[in-house]
Amino acid sequence: MADPALHGVLAEFDNPTSLLNAAHKAREAGYRDLDAFTPYPIEEISDAIGFHDRRLSKIVLGGGLAGMLAGYGLQYWVHAVTYPINVAGKPPNSWPQFVPVTFELTILFSALAAVIGMIVLNGLPMPYHPVFNVPRFSNASRDRFFLLVEATDPKFDRKQTMDFLKTLQAREVSEVEP
Amino acid sequence: MDPKPATYEPPPLIAPGHSFASVTDKIAAIVLSGRQPMGWFIGVTIGFAITMVLMGALTYLLIKGTGIWGINIPVGWGFAIINFVWWIGIGHAGTLISAILLLLKQGWRTSINRFAEAMTLFAVMCAGVFPLIHTGRPWLAAYWLFPYPSSMSIWPQFRSPLIWDVFAVSTYFTVSLLFWYVGLIPDLATLRDRAKRRSLQIIYGVFALGWRGSVKHWDRYEQAYLLLAGLATPLVLSVHTVVSFDFAIGIVPGWHTTIFPPYFVAGAIYDGFAMVLTLAIPLRWMYGLQDFITLRHLENMAKVTLVTGLIVGYGYLMEAFFGWYSANTYEGFMIWNRMTGPYWPMYWVLVFCNIITPQWLWFRRVRTTPGLLFCVAMVVNIGMWLERFVIVVTSLHRDFLPSAWGMYHGTIWDWATFIGTLGLFVTLFFLFIRVLPMISIFEMRTLVPEAKVQGAEGH
Repeated sequence: MADPALHGVLAEFDNPTSLLNAAHKAREAGYRDLDAFTPYPIEEISDAIGFHDRRLSKIVLGGGLAGMLAGYGLQYWVHAVTYPINVAGKPPNSWPQFVPVTFELTILFSALAAVIGMIVLNGLPMPYHPVFNVPRFSNASRDRFFLLVEATDPKFDRKQTMDFLKTLQAREVSEVEP
Repeated sequence: MDPKPATYEPPPLIAPGHSFASVTDKIAAIVLSGRQPMGWFIGVTIGFAITMVLMGALTYLLIKGTGIWGINIPVGWGFAIINFVWWIGIGHAGTLISAILLLLKQGWRTSINRFAEAMTLFAVMCAGVFPLIHTGRPWLAAYWLFPYPSSMSIWPQFRSPLIWDVFAVSTYFTVSLLFWYVGLIPDLATLRDRAKRRSLQIIYGVFALGWRGSVKHWDRYEQAYLLLAGLATPLVLSVHTVVSFDFAIGIVPGWHTTIFPPYFVAGAIYDGFAMVLTLAIPLRWMYGLQDFITLRHLENMAKVTLVTGLIVGYGYLMEAFFGWYSANTYEGFMIWNRMTGPYWPMYWVLVFCNIITPQWLWFRRVRTTPGLLFCVAMVVNIGMWLERFVIVVTSLHRDFLPSAWGMYHGTIWDWATFIGTLGLFVTLFFLFIRVLPMISIFEMRTLVPEAKVQGAEGH
C-alpha cells in the first residue's frame, strides 16, 4: 500500500553488521523497494537489498571503442585523405606510427565514459533528495548506517513498516518527508 | 623447541583506537577548523613568492623570446625539456599509488593516495608550462600541436613523437584529474555535512553532486573506480614511454636506444616516490598525522624507491655497456665523453645521488627514521634532475663533427623559470591541503577495525 505523503521510512544503525542483518530481514519480509546508506562502500549490502547493475562496464567498452576509432580515424583522415605529405618515404597510412595516439584516445574516452557513466547512472548531480530531510542523516557521511524502505513498495505501510524496522535493533526509526 | 610456528603480522595501517567518527573528524577538521599550523603559512608564503619569480621569468620570456635562455646550436634542447621530463616523472608515483597499488590490493596506499594524486596533478601542471612556453611564442604553438581545422588548412604531423607526447600528457592530466575527483566525491559530501558555514555547505555541496552514500551508488562507484584504475595503469606506463620516444626515435647517440622506455618509466616512479616521501614526511609531522601515515607507510615507500632505484642503476649500466658493445664510434664516444668530458662532475654526482645514496635504504633503521629518509629522498630528487640534464646535454653538445661542438649552461632566466615552477608546485600543494582533505576519509573508514561485516547471517 503506497503512501503519497511519505518518501519512506529510515532506520539508523551504528554498525555495518546490524545494517546487513536488517537488510536481509527486510528482504525476507517481502520488501523490495529498499535502499541503504553507508559511509564507505560495503559490497555485501548491495547484494542483500538485491541490487545488481553491470551496465557500466559495457558503457566503458563502448567509450574505448569510440576513442580507438576516433584516434585512428583522425590520423588516417589527416595523413591519407586531407593533408598527405611524404615523410621519409613512409606510406600515407603509416599505421605503426598511429598507434600511440590511438592508444591514448582509447584510454581517454574510456575514462570519460567510466566517470560520466557512473554519475549519470547514479542520477547525479541531485542536490535535493528526501533523505536529507532527516536531521540525523548527516551522519551517513560519518559513522552511521541507514536502511530506507521506500513508500513505493507494495508492502509499505507507515505504521507496520516502522514497527517492523524497530524490531531490527535500529537505534532510531524516522519518517522521511518527500 | 617452540611449539607455535612463528607468524609474521605486519603492523596495522592505522594506529589502534580509531573509530569511524574519529577518523572523519580528525581529517575533516584540518580543512574545516580554519586553523593551520605555522608551517602552512611559512610554506605558502615562500611558495607564492617563488611563483612570482616564475611570473617574472615568463613575462620577460614573452617580451624577448628564447634568446634569454642558454639554448643554442648544437644544444637546442635545454632546461625546458629537462624540467618537463623531471616534472612528468614525479607525477608518475601518484598514479602508481592510486591505480597500480589499488589493483594489487595494497591496503597501505589508502592514507597516501589522495595527496599523491594531487601531487601528480600539480607536477603535470608544472611540466605543462614548459612545452607551452618552449618556443617563447605560445600563441603560435597551437596549430602544430592540436588537430583543429585552421585557416591555413595544415595539420599536425602524427608521425612525430612530439605530437604523441601532446596526446599522452593531456590524456594523462585529464585521467588523473578524473581519478582524483571521483575519489573526492564522497569526501566532499562529508565536508558538506560537517561544514558549519552556509557558504561552505553550498560550495562543497555543489562539488559533491548530491552524494548521499546510497549502496546502489557505491556499487557503481566501486566499478567505476576499479575501471579507472585499470585504465590508468597502462596509461601511466605509456606516458613516460612516449616521453622517452621523444629521445629514442631520434638518431642522436645516447638517445637512440631500446632501453629508454622501461628505463624512463622506472626513473619516473623512482623520482616520484622520492617526491611523495619529500611531501609526506613534513606533512605528517606538521599536521600530527602519524596515526594515519605510519612508519609502515614510509618503510614501504622507501622499499619501492630502492627497487626502482636499482632498476635505474641497471639502466645506467646498460647504457655504458651498449656504448662499448655496439662497437659504434659515436655511441662509444658519447658514453666516454659523458663520464670524462666537460660535464663529468654532473655524471658522477648523478651516480652518487641515484645509485649510491639509495643503498642506505637497505637498512631498516634508515627506512624507519623519517629524518634520514627525507634526506635520501631529497638527494634522489636532485639526482633525477641531473640525470635528465646529462641525457639531454651530453648527447647534444658533442655533435657528429667536432666543428659543430659547443657547450651549454642555463642562464639566470632558465634557473628562474625552473625554480619558479617549484614555487608554483609548493603553492598549489599548500592550497590543496587547506581546502580539501589530504587523506581519503572514506577509505580510511574501511581500515577501522569495526568496518568489517561480522558473521553475517541470512545467507
